[in-house]
Amino acid sequence: MVAPAKLKVAILGTGNIGTDLLLKVLRSPVLECRLFAGRNLSSPGMTKASLLNVPVTAKGLAGIVELQEEIELVFDATSAESHVKHAAVFEKMQVVAVDLTPSNLGRMCVPAVNLEECLGLKNVNMISCGGQASIPLACAIADANPHVEYIETVSSIASRSAGPATRINLDEYLFTTETGLRRFAGCGRTKAILNLNPAQPCIHMQTTVLAKVTNPDLSATRLAVKAMAAKIAGYVPGYQLLVEPMVEHGRLVVTVRVDGLGDYLPRYAGNLDIINCAALAFAEAYARKKDC
Amino acid sequence: MSGQPHITVCDVTLRDGSHAYSHQITVEQIRAYATAAEKAGFPYLEVGHGNGLGASSLQVGESLVPEKEMLGAAKACLRNTKLSVHVMPGFATIKREIVNAMELGVDLFRIGCHCTEADVTQRHISYVRSTGREAWGVLMMSHMAEKDVLLEEAKKLQSYGAQGVVLMDSAGAYFPRDVAEKVGLLAGKLAVPVGFHAHNNLGLSIANSLSALEHGARIIDGTAKGFGAGAGNAPLELLAAVLQVQSYPTSLDLYQVLDAAELAAQLFAGSLPDSSALTVVSGLAGVFSGYVKPVQRAAKLLGVDPRDIFFELGRRKVVGGQEDLIIEVATELARSHTKTVNR
Repeated sequence: MVAPAKLKVAILGTGNIGTDLLLKVLRSPVLECRLFAGRNLSSPGMTKASLLNVPVTAKGLAGIVELQEEIELVFDATSAESHVKHAAVFEKMQVVAVDLTPSNLGRMCVPAVNLEECLGLKNVNMISCGGQASIPLACAIADANPHVEYIETVSSIASRSAGPATRINLDEYLFTTETGLRRFAGCGRTKAILNLNPAQPCIHMQTTVLAKVTNPDLSATRLAVKAMAAKIAGYVPGYQLLVEPMVEHGRLVVTVRVDGLGDYLPRYAGNLDIINCAALAFAEAYARKKDC
Repeated sequence: MSGQPHITVCDVTLRDGSHAYSHQITVEQIRAYATAAEKAGFPYLEVGHGNGLGASSLQVGESLVPEKEMLGAAKACLRNTKLSVHVMPGFATIKREIVNAMELGVDLFRIGCHCTEADVTQRHISYVRSTGREAWGVLMMSHMAEKDVLLEEAKKLQSYGAQGVVLMDSAGAYFPRDVAEKVGLLAGKLAVPVGFHAHNNLGLSIANSLSALEHGARIIDGTAKGFGAGAGNAPLELLAAVLQVQSYPTSLDLYQVLDAAELAAQLFAGSLPDSSALTVVSGLAGVFSGYVKPVQRAAKLLGVDPRDIFFELGRRKVVGGQEDLIIEVATELARSHTKTVNR
């Protein structure tokens, strides 16, 4: 039996996210990285890719356009502002765009919740690391409780894991994460908060979801959250429940920790893993579906 | 003592005091205090949620009064005193909170971040400056970084356009010699004025503020009766007296400052900060003063010693805004306690 052809992908953006994603794509049985595109051949990410014999270019988007015949899907790991410009080019190229910036442009995709409905789309948005960690929990809370008045999420990540684009995109991160929470959990009022913590050794990513719920059904919430966490752990191996749903001071609280796989940055950088594993889950599902 | 430099005294009672009052400050209290602060001649009055714009949340605590009403009420009472706000990127955004605050007439935006993360303030500071309003940079929890790191971060703030840089001792963990070293270095190397914001966890708020002034600070923060997070801040009435004795020129009217403090004592009776087991431990552990109330709550709910929570939070080097860790730490302590008992 001949192994099916792998889906040909490119990665645009060679920072923390792009490089970590590259290492995951290289392990994938159904994806093949045809180009790793950035602007600086001597950046740490680019150096790493060259050492792994991945084709690289410093021409950024132009490099991808030149190779368009050979590329079926592009991961955009640049910045929200840049993705808005790139999106039109991807559309013209007729490639599938998987957007890892908080641009809030394409359909929001959280694999544990809406993978199927995203598979036919040309531009999917992976929201944010905090969005990938919190939205499924918010959905579980909303499933178990009919009257969710307000949902909030707080993520803390290691300073070392937040590159320049992440830092310049804090406002977009908040807006996009809040929008995602509203859309997925069907809750009118939402809020997102992000903390960077410089502690050494680096802290592992942690995300808490806090909700105002009228007469919360704690046992139903616990079951729903547990089932959702198991589903996410299916594609984000380091996703684990740290504080089971509880009620404190009138707030429903649940906390998860996300350990990374340690592909590019060490294991503390769960924030890279959760968004990249989500992007990978989408791309692999797309590759398999296309192959059928 | 003639020839002492002019000192800008910032009144942050209606912002830091929010922590001491579980964020339940009323519009009436804002009006009454803002009127007194104006009379006392403070150049700036800071108003809002304890963690600044956009921080009313389940995580830190919800404000009784919406931000818009708080700022509007204060602005209406001020003429010479400028209205200032605290802004933490990660809580507050430009489009929503900063733009709204500008419409409400906020004059000064003090953009704060954890002391090693200055680059997250770049867009916010640049935006405020592009509109012609005043922006300062604030390095919070500054006891956690060495002086050279603080200088590097402060230079970033300055390069983004900050017109002042304030070091906050958010945990009340500084000693006067730390202030001398850190404020002294920044004041010597920066082109913009340097400020200091004290907390009183170890009883050193006035001593530390004086040390800051002696080593080049030109901006000093305080609150009436120390009304602020944890053990509170440098009490303005004491600061005003010390500044007068030391012949530092200010815009303050001493009697009116003393009256404002008496008013604060009435307005916030029962909630004025005091030294307690937890504020001392918070200072020793180097943990943000604002964590005292949520730590007390979690300790009670889960049956653990709140002091153990503080020391564990200190060990984990938590920063401002990580209140959710309190529950996690308390849960873990409760679990290990149960294990020990069952053994």
